[in-house]
Amino acid sequence: MDFANFLCNYEEAVSMILFGIGFCNLLMQKNLIKKIVGMNIMDTSVYLFLALKGYIAGRRAPIVTDGIQSVEAYINPIPSGLVLTGIVVSVSVTALMLALTIRLYNRYHTLDLDEISTLLKKEGL
Amino acid sequence: MAFVQNFPFISILLSLFAGPISSVLDGKWAKRLNLFVITVIGAMSAAVLAFVIGTGQEYIFTMGHFPAPWGNEIRVGILEAAMAVFFCVIMFLCVIGGVLEREAEIEETKQNLYYIMVNLLLCSLLALIYTNDLFTAYVFVEINTISACGLIMIRQTGRTFEAATRYMIMSLLGSGLLLLGICFLYSLTGHLLMSNIKEQAAVLQASGQYHIPLLVAICLMSVGIAIKSALYPFHTWLPDAYGYSTLSSAAILSSLVSKGYIFLLVKIFYRVIGFDIIRESKVINILFVFGVAGMIMGSVNAIRENDINRMIAYSSVAQIGYIYMGFGLGTTAGMIASIYHIVSHAATKSLLFVAASGITDASGKSRDFFDLTGAGYRNKLAGAAFTVGSLSMVGFPMFSGFISKLLFAQAAMGNKHKVMITMIALAISVILNAVYFMKTVIRIYTPEKREVIMDKGFEEINAWEQPAKSTALICFIALNLFLGLLSEPVIGLIQHGLEMFD
Repeated sequence: MDFANFLCNYEEAVSMILFGIGFCNLLMQKNLIKKIVGMNIMDTSVYLFLALKGYIAGRRAPIVTDGIQSVEAYINPIPSGLVLTGIVVSVSVTALMLALTIRLYNRYHTLDLDEISTLLKKEGL
Repeated sequence: MAFVQNFPFISILLSLFAGPISSVLDGKWAKRLNLFVITVIGAMSAAVLAFVIGTGQEYIFTMGHFPAPWGNEIRVGILEAAMAVFFCVIMFLCVIGGVLEREAEIEETKQNLYYIMVNLLLCSLLALIYTNDLFTAYVFVEINTISACGLIMIRQTGRTFEAATRYMIMSLLGSGLLLLGICFLYSLTGHLLMSNIKEQAAVLQASGQYHIPLLVAICLMSVGIAIKSALYPFHTWLPDAYGYSTLSSAAILSSLVSKGYIFLLVKIFYRVIGFDIIRESKVINILFVFGVAGMIMGSVNAIRENDINRMIAYSSVAQIGYIYMGFGLGTTAGMIASIYHIVSHAATKSLLFVAASGITDASGKSRDFFDLTGAGYRNKLAGAAFTVGSLSMVGFPMFSGFISKLLFAQAAMGNKHKVMITMIALAISVILNAVYFMKTVIRIYTPEKREVIMDKGFEEINAWEQPAKSTALICFIALNLFLGLLSEPVIGLIQHGLEMFD
């Protein structure tokens, strides 16, 4: 592997590292709020990756201004569209997770998922 | 273009709109609307299936009339249409089978919310089956996850909230990986439509460019979907989610939700990457190993379980293992066996859940193994249905489970390196299945002393008193016998459909 390649693509590397951080947080944190934060970091890193893939140096956002119609003037609009769709999805999932967290907190007065499991076992349901 | 060709699109839209409409209806009407919509969609899908079999080739439905590389597409072949019909049938039976439990366990004012979830789930399943666009598939995977989470937590107890949270966390990990895989694939090929990606992937493979990124993309998507469909080491959320949610939810989740994801994986293997590249990539070997591990460990966990619903849920882990083992064989025969097992497991597992609820009803709602003694005599139909389901799971001839195990064994012969492992795993798994299912069947047909029944207040349940559940049980039994006795046309259909995938 060329280390030089790695350096010129440092943005992609950053987005993958962020993905790893988010993934591990979602998987391993005990606190539900921290899990949700991790999930958002994970999703956002994917959007960063997509935005990077759509960007072409020196070109502008794909909105026709000053009557310039040429394709050469604009960046690739599809990744931007995907990012927008992805944001909608992650917002709704975050809302659902937060709602669940509130219900669990009101019932068990803790945000620790393992502690909730222990309490449930004590309830013996 | 024939009018029938619009039906897949109409059925997706119909179920999508039925969801919000249910939110303003009361529970009773929402249920009627839901059953009506499922029936109509089932009929439309059957018409599509007949049409596709008639013409003998798949067709592409362009959304908004934008041509191939730009627009969004629906693709309909025999396998897709057949799956849609089958999913509608199972969903209909699950919904009517669990009516009593649903009305008892869900608050009166929240009854209609349940049907929003069922409608959205059907919509996302249909979209997963039909779509030809990878990113659309991702969006509907998320809709599927959200509505499945709603189905779990609609019965409001601490257990279900915890189960729903755990389910969401695992699902989100899976969909994060799937999304990243799709983005990798997009950045490598520049396309989102499955057929275009496949062309470009073949070009990449032939020229040897971007070999590792392509491999990474395949791994990410496979692992993402494996997590979401509860392949063995990722199954921890499954017993709680299936075991404590209301009956229809458990039946729908086990028989349809995970199967929708697996069907998407089949599409990714065949229509997005191309099965030859998948076979060369060795990713299927990993799926094979975990599939075999799941077959054994799922059954071992099921044997240790004393709660009948959780036992059936753990058995799902084993059956998902079978499906991935079939993928891992890397042959078309293995793939056919896996798809047949998707169908057979969906029909059997929902039967088992509904029958188990009949048995526990006859035992004072207790799910404890020892309270079930003699329950087969107190609720005769449920006892018979549970026996049929158990025999099918164990692989008794005449029932659907036998055919799928036979197909797996035959498919294993086509792969020299894996034949021994597959055969041994199948044998062990069948014995383990027999241990816990036959143990339960013997327990429910062991006569209980009259004093104990009087003492615990167990009631006899007459099949005529619960017409909806009895109908569902009889239909499930008939479906199982049909799949077991007349498997040839179904296998032919799957084979034909897979050929269309290339």
